[in-house]
Amino acid sequence: MDFRDTPEEAAFRKEVRDWLEANLDREQIQTQLSVGPPEERIDNLRAWQGKLHEGGWAGVSWPKEYGGRGAPLMLQAIFYQEMARSKAPAPINVIGLGMAGPTIMVHGREDQKQRYLSKILSAEEIWCQGFSEPGAGSDLGALRSSAVLDGDHYVINGQKVWTTLAHVAKWCIFLARTDPDAPKHKGITYFLVDMESPGVEVRPLRQMTGTAEFNEMFFTDVRVPRENILGDLNDGWRVAMTTLMNERGTLGFALSVQARIALDELINKAKTLKRNGKPAIDDPVIRQRIAQLHVEIEAMRLSGYRALSTVIRTGVPGPEGSLGKLLWSESMQKLTDLAVELYGPAGLTTDWKGDADLKRWQFAHLRSRGNTIEAGTSEILRNIIAERVLGLPRHR
Amino acid sequence: MDFGFSDDQEALRQSAREVLTDKAGPAVYRTAMDSKTGTDEALWKTIGDLGWAGVAIDEAHGGLGLGLIELVILMEETGRALAPVPFFSTVALAGQLLEQTSGGGRDEALRAIASGGRATAALGQKDGRYDAAGVSVKAARTENGWKFSGTASLVPEAHLADLIVVVARTTRARNPEEGLSLFLVPATALKSKPKPQPSLDGTRRLADVKLGGVQVPADSLLGQEGSAWPLVARALDRTAVLLSAEAVGVATATLERAVAYARERMQFDRAIGSFQAISHRCADMLLVTETARSHVYYAAWALEEGAPDARLAAATAKAAASDAARIVANGSIQVHGGIGFTWEHEMHLFFRRAKFCELFLGDASLWRERVATALAS
Repeated sequence: MDFRDTPEEAAFRKEVRDWLEANLDREQIQTQLSVGPPEERIDNLRAWQGKLHEGGWAGVSWPKEYGGRGAPLMLQAIFYQEMARSKAPAPINVIGLGMAGPTIMVHGREDQKQRYLSKILSAEEIWCQGFSEPGAGSDLGALRSSAVLDGDHYVINGQKVWTTLAHVAKWCIFLARTDPDAPKHKGITYFLVDMESPGVEVRPLRQMTGTAEFNEMFFTDVRVPRENILGDLNDGWRVAMTTLMNERGTLGFALSVQARIALDELINKAKTLKRNGKPAIDDPVIRQRIAQLHVEIEAMRLSGYRALSTVIRTGVPGPEGSLGKLLWSESMQKLTDLAVELYGPAGLTTDWKGDADLKRWQFAHLRSRGNTIEAGTSEILRNIIAERVLGLPRHR
Repeated sequence: MDFGFSDDQEALRQSAREVLTDKAGPAVYRTAMDSKTGTDEALWKTIGDLGWAGVAIDEAHGGLGLGLIELVILMEETGRALAPVPFFSTVALAGQLLEQTSGGGRDEALRAIASGGRATAALGQKDGRYDAAGVSVKAARTENGWKFSGTASLVPEAHLADLIVVVARTTRARNPEEGLSLFLVPATALKSKPKPQPSLDGTRRLADVKLGGVQVPADSLLGQEGSAWPLVARALDRTAVLLSAEAVGVATATLERAVAYARERMQFDRAIGSFQAISHRCADMLLVTETARSHVYYAAWALEEGAPDARLAAATAKAAASDAARIVANGSIQVHGGIGFTWEHEMHLFFRRAKFCELFLGDASLWRERVATALAS
């Protein structure tokens, strides 16, 4: 047991830090990468990932043959920690890097790996994820999009929802039913769909924050070549599980660093904001809540290390990742609730006399409502923990 | 970075679990609980023979020379098995205080512990306080030693201990953290044998130690006169982490039983564990248990390595483990339904030990306040 960096890890951490110091344009982050509607930032963010790729950082743990660095997972985790610490924007191609790419590496043919992987790293091709549907959210197996063979093509029809980046994506990992008579989870196939195909329509979906991070997608008679199946026909559920296991990978290290930064900022706020005429930080109830957030956010950091040690020792990501996501999402809601409460009645405004901090907290406060829903609702995560970690019988 | 145990540490855990599965467990606990002393002499002898009490004591004093991580493993396992022995008071309380000090009978006392002696510590606190201002026992110099006044209350296993480490005020000071000293008091020096209070955890009894008029020789003083508090505070951080480790062990075993029951118990023609009201509560219990476990391991490592956040990590661990102990003990009785509420069922035995782990040395709120103090400074 040793929580220090090994000499190799420390050297890598320094290398990342130095590179970010030299290559991160602070002014550009303020003006172009972190504000404004996402669509206006895409080009800048794409260029930022390109720069990361040139520096050799886009795929730290990806194999060298696909353009990665071939480094151990621990270094990938350190990279995300340092990115978060320096408040660098995350790579834009998050679905490609975290979900599509790892799934193609496991289930793809060699020609598919050659075709797709390097362009994921460079962000030349952005990916989106076509899993959820209006009638198939947590119950993903209930999806109804269909793919019917016609010559050398499958003809896809259906509607997808909550699709991040769909409006700028070149490719979509897409689940469609290919055998309507098979049991729910059997007749599904995993496709790689070109978003420029005729019949693909993308409409932005505005969230309660007012911004549109997500989209809905309508697929009408979209023709997809047969060779764009990933894995085997009707084996899409198994392939999708690889994607979803990777969804909660080393990116969690960035989230836990961000949470720590947010808590530090909240503590500073509590020192300046008053409650009954005294600094809020002196209020015993506020102190208890801050301390409890520390317990949870520190647990996130440690759970990340524990889960990673398990992966490194056993080779497979365990369902422990579900614990980390559950903890993170529920803690972020509590943290942003507290931040807004600290403002008192001014917390009812979204911009109090130009207080930029309140503006950011309010956005985070609203945005964190989605944390317990996206990438597996807290209820689904508890099902996973109950069934796969504790071995309780399947719920009905 | 490696968040895992060495092969030797895993082997220690394995052997501890095997021994305790065989010689401890709820049935053994129940027998001890109903006994006059609340302890299992045979189990203590076994543990002594295995050298567990000396795991962290250096080899020069008859120990194995290992560290806090190994003690964490043993505390977790004794917690899992509800072992009715004074391991906590001897090793985690008296042992840690002795480790931090020097002089007096310190070396001899460590040797005694390593070879099976039983010990405890009288923190001298009143009103459940564990800070310096809460120390109510006093000691004054006499011609050839020291004379105590006052009573130390709520001392665990004082009726079993051969040796008692006593925290006493030797000088009145404006700053309560000054003027405190540590003493080693053999049970034979007491005027009356400590009589335990009827205790919620019948195998971890709490007693008043009446020190009024008790006299000890000059060399009973441990370390420097009047400057004991910093080392007491340091020792108690370690004690708190070890007690948290026990809490995690208790919570783990309790939750395992609740989950096993939820798999088997049929109602409405299905296992109750298939109801999300039950399974989600179990998932939450797992979350608090595993969270506490991570905190305990990290805190033990940080204390051992002298990491800058070691004190904060210890406070975080005790806060997390105190909550986990309560949440899991309560939830597991609920999952069991009526049977879990009966005297015959073992759930309340786990509940009792969990409550000791939760409240002794201060509950979650008290340690969270320490976390807040560290964060706000």
